[in-house]
Amino acid sequence: MSNFFPRWANWVPLKLLLIAVVLTTVLTGGVWYYFTPKYTRVGYMPDQPVPFSHSIHVEQLGMDCRYCHSFVEVSGHSNVPDTQTCMACHSQIKSTSPKLAAVRASWESGSPVQWVRIHKAPDYVYFNHAVHVNRGVSCFSCHGQINNMTTVWQAEPQSMAWCLECHRAPEKFLRPPSEIYNLNWRPASAAQQLAMGTQFKKEWNINPPLTCGGCHR
Amino acid sequence: MLRTFFIVLGLSLVLLVAVTGLRGQKGKKTPIEIFPDMDHQPKVKSQVPSGFFADFRGDRLPVSGTVPMGYAMPVSKEDPLPDDGKYATVQFSSGTSYEDTGRFGDHWGTGIPIPVTAELMQRGGERYMIFCAVCHGTSGAGNGVAGQYGMAAIASYHQDRLRTMSDGEIFNTITHGKNTMLGYGGKIPLNDRWAIVAYVRALQLSQNATMADVPPEKRAKLEAVKP
Ligand code: HEC
Ligand code: HEC
Ligand code: HEC
Ligand code: HEC
Ligand code: HEC
Ligand code: HEC
Repeated sequence: MSNFFPRWANWVPLKLLLIAVVLTTVLTGGVWYYFTPKYTRVGYMPDQPVPFSHSIHVEQLGMDCRYCHSFVEVSGHSNVPDTQTCMACHSQIKSTSPKLAAVRASWESGSPVQWVRIHKAPDYVYFNHAVHVNRGVSCFSCHGQINNMTTVWQAEPQSMAWCLECHRAPEKFLRPPSEIYNLNWRPASAAQQLAMGTQFKKEWNINPPLTCGGCHR
Repeated sequence: MLRTFFIVLGLSLVLLVAVTGLRGQKGKKTPIEIFPDMDHQPKVKSQVPSGFFADFRGDRLPVSGTVPMGYAMPVSKEDPLPDDGKYATVQFSSGTSYEDTGRFGDHWGTGIPIPVTAELMQRGGERYMIFCAVCHGTSGAGNGVAGQYGMAAIASYHQDRLRTMSDGEIFNTITHGKNTMLGYGGKIPLNDRWAIVAYVRALQLSQNATMADVPPEKRAKLEAVKP
């Protein structure tokens, strides 16, 4: 009786298995790498209607975040400033600059400047700015080096895993209350941060929620 | 067979990375929501537009003559402000008392209507540095950084007209602005505005004081450092 199958056919099942293993690995790796806010959100840098630069206003002029984001300490929502905030200066400074045309149009018409929103928690998540910034968490921990950005982009994934990373060990991030709005402040060393953070955590009774109901309420 | 498979796989990976990019790359694409269930619920959150209203404003402008929910009501004299040093309630108000307007009837009043404590002065100083120092300068001489970029005629507090000005009028300037200075009434709660008035008074005193204004027990210390 002659062979129905040539010799190489013996290897087919093995090769198919190898292909299946490689494909599964690549697919899993791809999902792990791409299907996460670390890829989908970080780096989101939309064009804004006005090329507003935090680097000019915060670094060069030394303005405090709270001049514009004025309710971040007292409210869950950190407000994007209204047009009057800008017009306080720009009624005189660069008052004919084409870059500020949308601000002037809004001032005249009374309808707001349409800023494009960057950071956004899903609607089923409860997030509150005031509880964080009044308890030793700086804007820097969650928004990165905003003070040096000419156009704002998202620097942190703000996913659930990311929130929990800090909630499980807040001592790695807590700062003295005087440095919350100073985004250039850095602890002298990781060890000093840990010592200081542990002390603050104890003194202030810091106890961030880890139960589902804390953030999904 | 295997060789073709790996070549095709390699090429498609290169293509995939070329199209999708790496983590953290800056881009204008609106973030993809992989599981968008319940991400966007039909409730209105702060500063978000809403199709429910004809002008698409989610944040409604207050109806004139009403007090929005969650805001403290105008405070009357019989119902004094909480003076525990905390600023837990944000108070913006449209009341007509001296505390709300800085005036009694049709003339300015003077005096700070809340207890002036060391904490209040500190609070005033902090708020002054946030809201006023960019224009008026840290010492109130009108030499803040905005002046260097073309903000004209910023008033210095160290002139007789402002030294003799009533507290109520300064309060009103913070609330509603004056000439080229726009108002800060919508940003700074009521108590904080009075705290700033107290701090502005302290700044004025700091630049226009004599030895007689220094408490006797502190005079020796000051004499010692006098050049
Ligand atoms: C002169 C006013 C001004 C100051 C001061 C200022 N900001 Fe902003 N900020 C804005 C405006 C206007 C926007 C919206 C436009 C944009 O995203 O660029 C914004 C946007 C942002 C955003 C992104 C909001 C979003 O859509 O997700 C963050 C985060 C932020 N600011 C943080 C800060 C921090 C932290 C500081 C202090 C270091 C600061 N800002 C100081 C005016 C200001
Ligand atoms: C304290 C005063 C102040 C406030 C408040 C302020 N700016 Fe500015 N802004 C400046 C100064 C000063 C410059 C730099 C001008 C220069 O470089 O000559 C500037 C520059 C700019 C420029 C660049 C203009 C150009 O032609 O180069 C833009 C755009 C701008 N600001 C937008 C805004 C917006 C939007 C707001 C409100 C959220 C705002 N600014 C609030 C002081 C201010
Ligand atoms: C604990 C983390 C955390 C800290 C600290 C923090 N933020 Fe945020 N911020 C967020 C998150 C999460 C969002 C998205 C919130 C949402 O969608 O409701 C956000 C959103 C914003 C927005 C956009 C709001 C909008 O409607 O467009 C601004 C502006 C902002 N933050 C400014 C600040 C400033 C200024 C500080 C420091 C004083 C600060 N944040 C500190 C996490 C943080
Ligand atoms: C850098 C550290 C840090 C990050 C990141 C962080 N948190 Fe927190 N969170 C804290 C601290 C500190 C507290 C305060 C605990 C206290 O007051 O005892 C807190 C408290 C809270 C509370 C309790 C507030 C209350 O009213 O009881 C909620 C809810 C919360 N965080 C949600 C979030 C969410 C959602 C995120 C992610 C978007 C987040 N946090 C990210 C540090 C952080
Ligand atoms: C520190 C705050 C925090 C706590 C505690 C928390 N979550 Fe979340 N959760 C979040 C945030 C923020 C998101 C949104 C993540 C995103 O948009 O990437 C989220 C998203 C989710 C999602 C939706 C995921 C998706 O992509 O569709 C589920 C399901 C969820 N959480 C379940 C839980 C459960 C179960 C617990 C308790 C074991 C819990 N969460 C505790 C903050 C929290
Ligand atoms: C954007 C710049 C700017 C900021 C910020 C600012 N001012 Fe002014 N201020 C001015 C200018 C300009 C004048 C002069 C107005 C005029 O022409 O009479 C002025 C005038 C004044 C006067 C004198 C008014 C009069 O009757 O002559 C007082 C008092 C005053 N400011 C207090 C404050 C206080 C308190 C703050 C902080 C809450 C503040 N200003 C913030 C620009 C500013």
